[in-house]
Amino acid sequence: MNLRATLAIIGALALAFLTVEETRRRAKGSSTGRRFFGQQAASWGLFVLVFFIALALAAPWTAPYGPSTTLDIVALKNQPPSWVHPLGTDLYSRDVWSRLVYGSRVSLAVGALAMLVAVTVGSTVGAMAGYLRGGVDAVLMRVVDVGLAVPRMFLLLVAIAIWERLPLGVLVLVIGLTGWFGTSRLVRGEVLSLREREFVVAARALGAGTPRILFRHVLPNVVAPIVVSAALGIGNVMLLEAGLSFLGIGVPPPLPSWGNMIADGAPQLATAPWTTLFPGLAIGLVVMALNAVGDALLDALNPRRAAR
Amino acid sequence: MSELLLRVRDLRTYFVTERGSGTARAVDGVSFDLYAGETLGVVGESGCGKTTTALSLLRLITEPPGHILPGSLIEFEGRNVLALPPRDLQALRGGEVAIIFQEPMTSLNPVLTVGAQIAETVIVHERASRRAARARTVELLQLVGIPDPAVRADAYPHELSGGMRQRVMIAMALACRPKILIADEPTTALDVTIQAQILELLDHLQDELGMAVLLVTHDLGVVAGAVDRVLVMYAGQVVEAAPTAELFSRPLHPYTEGLLASVPRLDTPRRRLPSIPGQVPSATAWPGGCRFHPRCPYAWERCRAEDPGLGDGDVTGPDTHVARCWLLVEPERRARPA
Repeated sequence: MNLRATLAIIGALALAFLTVEETRRRAKGSSTGRRFFGQQAASWGLFVLVFFIALALAAPWTAPYGPSTTLDIVALKNQPPSWVHPLGTDLYSRDVWSRLVYGSRVSLAVGALAMLVAVTVGSTVGAMAGYLRGGVDAVLMRVVDVGLAVPRMFLLLVAIAIWERLPLGVLVLVIGLTGWFGTSRLVRGEVLSLREREFVVAARALGAGTPRILFRHVLPNVVAPIVVSAALGIGNVMLLEAGLSFLGIGVPPPLPSWGNMIADGAPQLATAPWTTLFPGLAIGLVVMALNAVGDALLDALNPRRAAR
Repeated sequence: MSELLLRVRDLRTYFVTERGSGTARAVDGVSFDLYAGETLGVVGESGCGKTTTALSLLRLITEPPGHILPGSLIEFEGRNVLALPPRDLQALRGGEVAIIFQEPMTSLNPVLTVGAQIAETVIVHERASRRAARARTVELLQLVGIPDPAVRADAYPHELSGGMRQRVMIAMALACRPKILIADEPTTALDVTIQAQILELLDHLQDELGMAVLLVTHDLGVVAGAVDRVLVMYAGQVVEAAPTAELFSRPLHPYTEGLLASVPRLDTPRRRLPSIPGQVPSATAWPGGCRFHPRCPYAWERCRAEDPGLGDGDVTGPDTHVARCWLLVEPERRARPA
């Protein structure tokens, strides 16, 4: 571990800390913000997320070595954690910390982008089905039924069979496009009840057209469940990506992701547990942080909940 | 007489009920005129078709199950509302004819600030900039008597009281200076002192802005104080129409008589408050003949057999006081109730 990397990591920690403090300070001004930080775990979740995002963005500084640099395949393979290699080295004498940092880029990006695709498609389909009802609803919901009935892993395997080696962009699209069915059901259900609410009639009575009612009046009322399902969904997608990479059909090596790091380390689980332990911990930590933030958002985005 | 704004002829709004229990004829042949600057009251019990009439005027009936029958006519300033293309209909709603609802609790979007909701109407109809809409919003909140309007504009509906919310609804409706304001039981969900304030506010705003008001209510006390002319509705039809003072002093239809008798009064000796026996029949099966005959104290064979139609019962001039009752033809029967 060199001085530059140490300073960069301290910088990332400081940034995360300051971000949380600053957000908390600003949040005091609004009821939404106060409700967000009313959850004990919210600060911790936010801290962990900002820290990992900072690490990922500043990877060239926060990682002392390149993600695929083999240092000394004979003398430095499977080294336990030490001052020089805080998380040890793996079978090919690569620095686990450096790979973890570069891997966070891939894992976080795949999770966030795939979820973005899923939430966008899911909300649009769900809102249209719920608001327009009738034939549109019937067709869209049968599509969703089919989507939910076909095992996701199977769809992914089909995609992999077509592309052989999956480019990262396609992986994101495939995960996203196979993950919106649940969201669309959720949104449809909410919209079905919202469209009968009097404020929708009132908006119509004041001259709002269908798109305006849908996007300005109905969807904002569904934001809370969408955001929460997205926050939890990112965690799921990250786990899915890890699973696929573990099976060797996700992120193509040597590009590190937390999933294929675990896959690489799995054979030496007994002799060099640090190669699997730390990426596993990273996944767990980030998924927990996402859950905590999602939960706090649920409180914050529902103005009817009283501040605690 | 001032300018004719709204002409409604033979309005029929039916709902097709599920599982074949028949067609609910909620509004069944309603006709009336509304002139600029006047206040027209629509009264009747629950289930008489008052709200359906109000919603039909702006084509706000959910289709299906509801539909307005083809023979109906709704004309606003000479334009047939029932034939308006969607774009023009949207411009009409909230632009020239605005409506406020009974429940200020549920008529506001819970996740938008009240200011944003008022501003939206201005933006939709006048393509105003955000800044201009905001300034207008504060002005409107001031107009409807909300203290500290600049601060309240950023409040969410749940942070305001019922009376305040109804004021916000009124501000939203008035945002584009409509020519007609339809108020569907605007005070029913509020307590009595707030009711009086809201009615006073409506009256004051009407004078200031010169709009016509269609006030739907079941409360004759509200009608007496605030309305120029009254339509009494029963079973989806207009059963009596008259200027307010005339209606109160000389009700022609037994239903109107019954409604007036059931208002508590301070100036008569205490006694048990009379009420109209029975209740409004189901809209899927209106009685034959005169629809009021099963509850009418005067009813005789003719009432059961034939619908009387609206007849002129006026002594002062033609068609200002009309009623749907055989007593207009056989007034001597009034003397001996069956």
